[in-house]
Amino acid sequence: MLKTRIIPCLDVKDGRVVKGVQFLELRDAGDPVESAKAYDAAGADELCFLDITASHEARGTLLDVVSRTAEACFMPLTVGGGVRTVSDVRQLLLAGADKVGINTAAVKNPDLVAAAAEKFGDQCIVVAIDAKRVSVAGEEPRWEIFTHGGRSPTGIDAVEFARLVAGKGAGELLVTSMDKDGTRSGYDLALTRAIADAVPVPVIASGGVGGLDDLVAGVREGGASAVLAASIFHFGEASVGQAKAHMARAGLSMRLDPC
Amino acid sequence: MSERVAIIDYGSGNLHSAAKAFERAAREAGLDGTSIRVTGDPAEVAAADRIVLPGVGAYADCRAGLDAVPGMVEAMTEAAIGKRRPFLGICVGMQLMASRGLEYAVTPGLGWIPGDVGPIRPDDPALKIPHMGWNTLVRARPHPLLKGIPEGLHAYFVHSYALSPERPEDVVAEADYGGAVTAMVARDNLAGTQFHPEKSQHLGLALIANFLRWRP
Repeated sequence: MLKTRIIPCLDVKDGRVVKGVQFLELRDAGDPVESAKAYDAAGADELCFLDITASHEARGTLLDVVSRTAEACFMPLTVGGGVRTVSDVRQLLLAGADKVGINTAAVKNPDLVAAAAEKFGDQCIVVAIDAKRVSVAGEEPRWEIFTHGGRSPTGIDAVEFARLVAGKGAGELLVTSMDKDGTRSGYDLALTRAIADAVPVPVIASGGVGGLDDLVAGVREGGASAVLAASIFHFGEASVGQAKAHMARAGLSMRLDPC
Repeated sequence: MSERVAIIDYGSGNLHSAAKAFERAAREAGLDGTSIRVTGDPAEVAAADRIVLPGVGAYADCRAGLDAVPGMVEAMTEAAIGKRRPFLGICVGMQLMASRGLEYAVTPGLGWIPGDVGPIRPDDPALKIPHMGWNTLVRARPHPLLKGIPEGLHAYFVHSYALSPERPEDVVAEADYGGAVTAMVARDNLAGTQFHPEKSQHLGLALIANFLRWRP
């Protein structure tokens, strides 16, 4: 039986982790490779690196981080941030990424998703959807795609966009609620569910986890195939093992192989 | 005895991850003399003691990549079929061992494991495609590559298409995803995994070590 995945996400800037991993006594919590190893040892099902480096020139630094991580961790790695072209996707895959996340570039040009999927297969193209609720109380809920870290509205309906990119060959969708991100009040379950129900591909819930029950709700109520979290793991409130045990107790199928 | 393992470079696949996992498995298995080479040179492939065909991507694109290296298919065939060297196909590399692929277009495979590679169709329509994540193996028969690997360990899958072998005896293991999905095939000195051993932590490294020791 296929298991629900837990995916810790690391924000990487200029080759360093921006939020440290505090739950393990790492010599260098700022090194993404050390963080990745710690999560690998802790039983994470996948890892996600989100590159938030502003300049495109620093791409080589990210590729080096990905390459060193792939040397040390024998688990799936998704890398996103600043991916604009088919060539960007290829470089990350060659460096050792298993899946590549495309965000703004997919909004600007959904055909990029088709081009990348045809070249590398659907299974390695993840489209990251950042959405905000734009409907008012009493209205049918609607969410709009935002880019540039949630600053730029696009006028594009999130659920329609999800259908569009899934049809173009996205193998998975990473759905982040910009309303919830950083609030620790749980995922936007209505958003997650609306997209999960609209597309045939797996959905990763993201944005807003404050506790382990939020992870359960992301799957149960949100219909997500995988749950992504950053802060609760980074700041040592829960280990990946505790999160898995909690989700298993709640009746979800988890991978509990010995680490 | 020092052995040469050729991981075929044909412009596709996560060669870096695969090579690192094979190096680690060789080291942990005490096979220090084993040299792991990522190579696009047909002569090196033909002369290798063991051959690995990785693969990430679309079937037709991978096949085209293989054909674009002059002499590569002949070299692989000479080593795997002629000299009966141990051969491991991974993911699309395993699918290429089939008769043909039906992803995007009908594409001929190597024809070593008769059967087609077609879309996964779970009997529960709510199940998502790709089949993506960690699943357990349902073993159809024992195989040296699975030796010593405890039942219940998980393997990492990422695929929308699966190989349906014509001969049931070619199936070594399946995964349950709204019905049986071929997870591993083998015949004589040939083996293939739909899952990614190089991404499957304990199970994966143990399987790779078994492959490096395999004497079919």
